Amino acid sequence: MNKNINIIGRISRIVGPLVQATGVKDAQMLELVEVGDDRLVGEIVRLEQEKASIQVYEDTTGIRPGENVYGSGMPLSVELGPGLLGTIYDGIQRPLELIRDRSNQYIQRGIHLPALDRDKMWRVTPCARKGDSIEGGRIIATVPETQTVEHRIMVPPGISGTLSMVVPEGEYRVEDTIAVVRGERGDQEINLYQRWPVRKLRPYKSKAYPSALLVTGLRVLDVLFPIARGGSVALPGGFGTGKTMLQHALAKWCDAHVIVFIGCGERGNEMTDVLTEFPKLIDPRTGKPLMQRTIMIANTSNMPVAAREASIYTGITLAEYYRDMGYTVAVMADSTSRWAEALRELSGRMEELPADEGFPSYLPSRLAEFYERAGSVTALSGREGSVSVIGSVSPAGGDFSEPVTQHSKRFVRAFWALDRQLANARHYPAVSWLDSYSEYVDDLGGWWVAQGFPDWKELRGQIMDLLQQENRLQEVVKLVGPDVLPDSQRIVLETCGIFKNSFLQQDTLNPMDMFCPIEKQIKMLRLIVLFHRLASRAINRGATLVAVRGTKIYSELMRIRQTVKNEEPEKLDQMADELKRSMDELEARCEKR
Amino acid sequence: MRNDNRGQSGREYLGIDEVVGPLVFIRGAEAVGYNELAEITGADGSRRLGVILESADGVAVMQVFEGTMGLSIPGTRVRFFGTPLEIPVSREMLGRVFDGLGRPRDDGPEPISELQLNVNGLPINPTARTYPRKFIQTGISAIDGMNTLIRGQKLPIFSGSGLPHNRIAAQIARQAKILGEDMQFAVVFVAMGVKYDVARFFIDSFEQSGVLENVALFLNLADDPPVARLTTPRVALTLAEHLAFTLGMHVLVILTDMTNYCESLRQVATVRGDIPSRKGYPGYLYSDLASIYERAGMIHGSEGSITQMPILTMPNDDITHPVPDLTGYITEGQTVLERDLLHRGIYPPIAVLPSLSRLMKDGIGPGMTREDHAHLASQLFEACAYVRDIRALASVIGEEELSPLDTTYMKFGREFEEKFLKQGEYENRSIEQTLDIGWSMLSLLPRDELHRMTEEELKKHYRG
Repeated sequence: MNKNINIIGRISRIVGPLVQATGVKDAQMLELVEVGDDRLVGEIVRLEQEKASIQVYEDTTGIRPGENVYGSGMPLSVELGPGLLGTIYDGIQRPLELIRDRSNQYIQRGIHLPALDRDKMWRVTPCARKGDSIEGGRIIATVPETQTVEHRIMVPPGISGTLSMVVPEGEYRVEDTIAVVRGERGDQEINLYQRWPVRKLRPYKSKAYPSALLVTGLRVLDVLFPIARGGSVALPGGFGTGKTMLQHALAKWCDAHVIVFIGCGERGNEMTDVLTEFPKLIDPRTGKPLMQRTIMIANTSNMPVAAREASIYTGITLAEYYRDMGYTVAVMADSTSRWAEALRELSGRMEELPADEGFPSYLPSRLAEFYERAGSVTALSGREGSVSVIGSVSPAGGDFSEPVTQHSKRFVRAFWALDRQLANARHYPAVSWLDSYSEYVDDLGGWWVAQGFPDWKELRGQIMDLLQQENRLQEVVKLVGPDVLPDSQRIVLETCGIFKNSFLQQDTLNPMDMFCPIEKQIKMLRLIVLFHRLASRAINRGATLVAVRGTKIYSELMRIRQTVKNEEPEKLDQMADELKRSMDELEARCEKR
Repeated sequence: MRNDNRGQSGREYLGIDEVVGPLVFIRGAEAVGYNELAEITGADGSRRLGVILESADGVAVMQVFEGTMGLSIPGTRVRFFGTPLEIPVSREMLGRVFDGLGRPRDDGPEPISELQLNVNGLPINPTARTYPRKFIQTGISAIDGMNTLIRGQKLPIFSGSGLPHNRIAAQIARQAKILGEDMQFAVVFVAMGVKYDVARFFIDSFEQSGVLENVALFLNLADDPPVARLTTPRVALTLAEHLAFTLGMHVLVILTDMTNYCESLRQVATVRGDIPSRKGYPGYLYSDLASIYERAGMIHGSEGSITQMPILTMPNDDITHPVPDLTGYITEGQTVLERDLLHRGIYPPIAVLPSLSRLMKDGIGPGMTREDHAHLASQLFEACAYVRDIRALASVIGEEELSPLDTTYMKFGREFEEKFLKQGEYENRSIEQTLDIGWSMLSLLPRDELHRMTEEELKKHYRG
């Protein structure tokens, strides 16, 4: 880290991850510091005359009063440059694989390693010339960071002037100067990487209204509860309802250019699962391993709690950086509750007055700050980019009335509620169609029209209506059994049964089903809605439900997830024809009688 | 006495200033390290250990493991060791009985080892973990068939008072094996605040199956000091890590009862004045539990593994209580026991629907168990979920009013409990047997109902 570090105070008290220092001069709020003889990384969270409170990102065992605190003169920052993709970092951007190679299987304390490899050579192709007048955000060179993502080297925000030097195309290290800007503040060198404080949002030109779908390949989300590019969504669910599995599925198949996966206070093995699986999985859109577009932040539940608090900011700052290059970025934060708990723990140690369930009173404003960093923007470079945020919430006792769920709801525009009963029946993804919502439905109609599916909103409305009807009918069924309902109502139950079984459920382990293209989704939906219309008509004209269930097409509908491949959506059109024939035949038979 | 070799550099202070519950305040102590070990000697010469919970200029707060009864303000001496609590670890500790601080509780000698390890351990680097995939056959159908245990997994038993969790845990420890491998688990057994009878039951059970020399017991019984309960699992897991990751053994860690551990944690937190969150438990209960549960798994460069089976009794059978709730958020699934099943005479009373194994998906299937396993389990879950709804309906309208299909499901439900769930305490079913019983249950249902099975699987196994 910074070698010019100087002593800014001495430790007076240690309680868990919180260290207090006295005799502090020359320190800033949120300054990055090093604590004690072991040089543990920390951040100043409170200043009071000559006293400072420091949250320490590593285990404080053995730290003693009287040891020194060293200042760095800058806030907690991340390094932004080529080499981020495919890497796994801890909550304060230390490269975990490098740490493993340098020490052993455990994370030792006081390890200082740069986030970006200093020795690696990158192929740099400048795209600006000497004499160009430039300002912050301007793209001056490109680097093929992975096979799928072109890294665009930008002038850091705040720097402007004339390019007085640009290196020729060639191989450079991240610390090499690739350009010099002559401006009001003299000459400034531009490297392949820049630093940015994690708690400060990166500037952009303007924010736009989200209007394009972030395709997830999951039917229940894309069709019923869509998220727009640049949108934010909360994903609450009790333990075992499949939050992490859903987040993994999103990280695998959503059509963002770059994925930032923040494992915040969750299980170690889940991160290992991603690490072993992603390099093997092939992105259906680019044909390259998924790891090439993924950055992982892993601060598992047993790693220090203060770094867990920082991990969310580290992740979203990396996302904003790729957004500024003009990419669609999706951030998965799993789980925001663990982050909120880290806030609570640190707040408790600082003896602040607690509000709801011991959480600090500033929890809602912190959540708002986080979710507001999502958005679809025109970047300083003039390119369009977006950051979408999907934050899981782990409500205590599975009770959605707890503070983190409730406050998150205020700052997100879509809500994917996971349902315990569905999960128990192994109906995955266990997204409840009754409790979930998406405000993006109204914004995305145009997108579906542009894709050639103008009937999406209409179909969605019809199926949502049927699901509501079904819910009411189930209330009756629970009391008196289904036999008392007339066939015209039982067909609603049948249709919803098919819809749940063949459409809403998705097997994330089955290669044929784990990812569903948009065209196939809409055709499946059309087919099921058509079934309802034709079967209802047939029943109105005298056919029985038993006869409908007896048709071959009915049992085929129950199996479309397993039988129709992604590459052959036209098969669904054929099934629609077959369905029409079959129902016409039923009606004809009734009329004869 | 452990830590003695380092203790020489430790400093000693005469006199303490305040005693509150298990906490002792020592003023005038300089530069005491946070979380380090200290030893307090009463005026009567009795010696007790503790750790530093808070260290500030001129004052240290010490938590005494063995309680503070009999301590007086003057005449008490405190020695600071300058290191955290460490224990010696070695292979020879198997077959022995220790207390919650790792001191012998049997008549054997102090364990001797070159290696002294900090009981708090270090977080495993997620990039150094090996993802567990080896199926453990427990011989219990409800677990093997539907909520499979994987070697290196942490899978708790959520139980209630009076339920046979101990018998199930003992049965698993007795029967657990990896198909096609001749390997035996070393067992680290951790008792926290349980009655002597419970410890005795496990010891007898290990003795009966002749594995006692492969078991290390760490006992902090109900009448032992509750504060030492907080170090008991950490001491035991330190040995487990040594056995697994240094010596390459496969270790099964049984922790009982985690609810008692959490009670002790709450007790200490309250005395310290920590801000409570739910039900008076401190806000860091999640992180604290994670620091225990996450010490399981497998790591690169080592053959060994730690499989954890924590047992906890849900207060009032409430699964939303903070202890089971937070445990479920950390562990890789849970095996839930149900009182209703027990009353109907079904052993093991495992409620299949709320039970879950998160690692199951990667440890079953062709080459590991059988190709139809995943679909079979999924179909059984769907059918059981439907049976639950039908039973609710039947209790309102009466069973005879049900449709023929629903009556078939009722029959399936009964047979499932009697033939699939229910088995003997010494009945060790192979995975083949378990899956075949599963199929004979599904064969009670009409073929059209089995949407989650493929045509080939139905052709091969369906016998309806």
